Amino acid sequence: MAILTVQNLTKRFGGLVALNRLSLEVEERAIHSIIGPNGSGKTTFFNCVTGFYKPEEGEIIFQGVPINGLTPDQINRLGIARTYQNIRLFANMTALENVLVGMHPRLKSTWVGAVLNTPYTQEEEKQAVKRAQEILHFVGLKGKGDFLARNLPYGDQRRLEVARALASSPKLLLLDEPMAGMNPRETMEMMSLIRRLRDELGITIILIEHQMRAVMGISERVTVLDYGEKIAEGTPQEIQNNPRVIEAYLGTSKAVADVTR
Amino acid sequence: MGASGAQRTPLRQAVQIGLIFGVVGVYLSLVGMVETFHGRAVIAGVISLGQALLLLTGLGAGFVVARRIPKDRPWHSVAYGALAGSLAGLVLFTLPLLGNFVHLRSMFVNASPTLFELLTFGRGLVRGGLLLLVVGAFLGMSSVLILRIPRRILRPVGVGVTTIFLVSLFQEQLEIMLAGPEAIEEIRRFLFDVRGLTIPGASFLLVVTAVGNALWTKYRESIRQRANQLPAAGQKSLRALLLVAGILLVLILPIVTGSFFAQVLVFVGLYTLMGFGLNVDLGFAGLFDLGFVAFFAIGAYTAALLTSQGPLGIAHISFWGAIPIVVLMSLLAGVMLGVPVLGIRGDYLAIATLGFGEIIRLLVLSDFLRPWLGGSQGILEIPKPMIFGFELATPQQIFYVTVIFCVVVAYIAWRLRDSRIGRAWIAIREDEDVAAAMGINLINAKLLAFGIGASFAGVAGAIFASMVGSVFPHSFNLFISINVLALLIVGGLGSLPGVVVGSLALIGLPELLREFSEFRLLVYGAALVAMMLLRPEGLWPEPVRRRELREFEPGVQPVAEEALAGTKGQVEVERL
Repeated sequence: MAILTVQNLTKRFGGLVALNRLSLEVEERAIHSIIGPNGSGKTTFFNCVTGFYKPEEGEIIFQGVPINGLTPDQINRLGIARTYQNIRLFANMTALENVLVGMHPRLKSTWVGAVLNTPYTQEEEKQAVKRAQEILHFVGLKGKGDFLARNLPYGDQRRLEVARALASSPKLLLLDEPMAGMNPRETMEMMSLIRRLRDELGITIILIEHQMRAVMGISERVTVLDYGEKIAEGTPQEIQNNPRVIEAYLGTSKAVADVTR
Repeated sequence: MGASGAQRTPLRQAVQIGLIFGVVGVYLSLVGMVETFHGRAVIAGVISLGQALLLLTGLGAGFVVARRIPKDRPWHSVAYGALAGSLAGLVLFTLPLLGNFVHLRSMFVNASPTLFELLTFGRGLVRGGLLLLVVGAFLGMSSVLILRIPRRILRPVGVGVTTIFLVSLFQEQLEIMLAGPEAIEEIRRFLFDVRGLTIPGASFLLVVTAVGNALWTKYRESIRQRANQLPAAGQKSLRALLLVAGILLVLILPIVTGSFFAQVLVFVGLYTLMGFGLNVDLGFAGLFDLGFVAFFAIGAYTAALLTSQGPLGIAHISFWGAIPIVVLMSLLAGVMLGVPVLGIRGDYLAIATLGFGEIIRLLVLSDFLRPWLGGSQGILEIPKPMIFGFELATPQQIFYVTVIFCVVVAYIAWRLRDSRIGRAWIAIREDEDVAAAMGINLINAKLLAFGIGASFAGVAGAIFASMVGSVFPHSFNLFISINVLALLIVGGLGSLPGVVVGSLALIGLPELLREFSEFRLLVYGAALVAMMLLRPEGLWPEPVRRRELREFEPGVQPVAEEALAGTKGQVEVERL
């Protein structure tokens, strides 16, 4: 059953068509990758799903509920979380605080409760910190909770972004190039983390990634975008042998022949 | 000093620095600061504040030279320091020289004979001028040398000299404090002459504070360790003891120091309240509000209308009865201001809110609202706070009221910061878009910040109205907003103790140094610029903020190297 259904999604920036009548279905508990050359509309797609951009046309349905027109925080509360291509942590908060912010919509204590320091607030805060530590542990950041996010090494910052997204207990997680700039070992670790997210936590993953080895190794399904349009979709095997995909990435076979000659 | 140092030779730099400091000295002289300050002795018969100011320009030139010019050849920089100092002296000398031939006074009121005499040490043009050059060179040289003295000696002496300056600045207040029984009178006479510190008094202060500081530096660590070794209960009681001592100090301070001092402290307290408020907006949530005075005004007018015994009073209730309504009104006003500016960010928000403060003031002044708010005549006959039928009328008593509210508000701000709401605010400050994607409702969070911040300022307004006994629209000008903003920045944005420190420094000090009021804004501006250059994180920053601006985090290795090593083995472009 599809957890996310996108129908005829179109997003324009002035004259530029960033997404053109894109239709897509993401199966529940799938790892679904979206690839395509730079500027093909991958991140724009994420921004539309998470409510940052208002698409001109089309419909986005999450678990049977249309979510177009909802604000980012409402969409997050429905169970969609994301990470960012260029890391966007709360740089001057600690790793633990970053995760706690991610938990915000799941906590209930109010400002009055905080001022009066009610037992309920205290208990909830204690539980929240405990859970945040568990999440940090899960992504491999055990014992680094008190570091400022900005002082963490690059790979750890990527993990923290995942941890923060996990904190809101999402059903669907959008990962925007989580392996960008990583060395092969870090890439492997991130791949296994993504698998564990799905296998152990049952989260559906949509992954934007340029590292093809990772994409082909991890995904069940791959969608290829070019100039905002879906040009191919299928299993990694099907995509690797699809002539249109090769053309989008490398140009026409004639052009390739010209270059390689 | 990298590239800029390589392009400019040390000689050129030294000349430049000397000329700049000379011009600073001339400026300070021509605005009258030197002469006015000359009237105030630091140590009677030895040095006046005006002379100290001139000495500081010479020392400053040497100081900058020492920091700018590479230290590889130590004696060169001493020579350059001397050069810069004497050049500063030369520039200063042009003043009396010009004054000798031209009637400078027709243009610069402060270019008086007294000033010239001061600049030439009263020794005539030629001999005085030469002396000025020599003294300048000596000062420039010595400040380069002073910086070579090891820190463990330099720091205590520096603290001692600073103490002498502070004591002499606050001579008047201290003398009031020391007036009383014969034994204390004796101390006063030992320390102070009519015109300044006595020589023995000054030496005594220097030695005591220097030795005290040296001892403190030496034993600080072991004292702290011993405190940490105490059992938990012992630590707790130690902390409680310190807390009680602090509270007692605050309570006794205004009684000992007299009503003028208490009055100043009340103003500090009111600004602290407003500071806590703006800190919620700007320090926590990053919402730049330049119209903050509006809430102070709304609080004051609400309290005035509710409590006034005059014709404009509508309820005639007590101060304490009015407070909850004041809080509610200013909270609503904060939310109402928040609604139209929700979508505006950063600098634009500052400009949008700037108008709000003015709108409130003009509304109160308007003829339309005159029947209710009294226009420029204001609202009069506002009663003082009462407690068990006892009127709190003196500045000391009002001070206690202010302190109580400050403590309550500080507690609320502290609880909020460390809560779910506080984290949401800080997340919004850091990155609004991501905060929204994390499920934070921006509208609610921002409006809450505006409302709570405004309610703190409203309380300050209510105390102000009740203390003064009347409110007028002209009391609520833009300058208050700017003061609150400046004290936050000086204290350290986002830091709660920083608010108190900031308002003591920016509101308390200038109030106490009223006699220099002509130069208040000049000093104020210079202090702010210096702060931004030397200590951008504020006087008492939030711990996290300190780390942020100082780039200091031991134990964390950047992974750049590892990453580079890894990418070497990185796969080439992979075939699809």
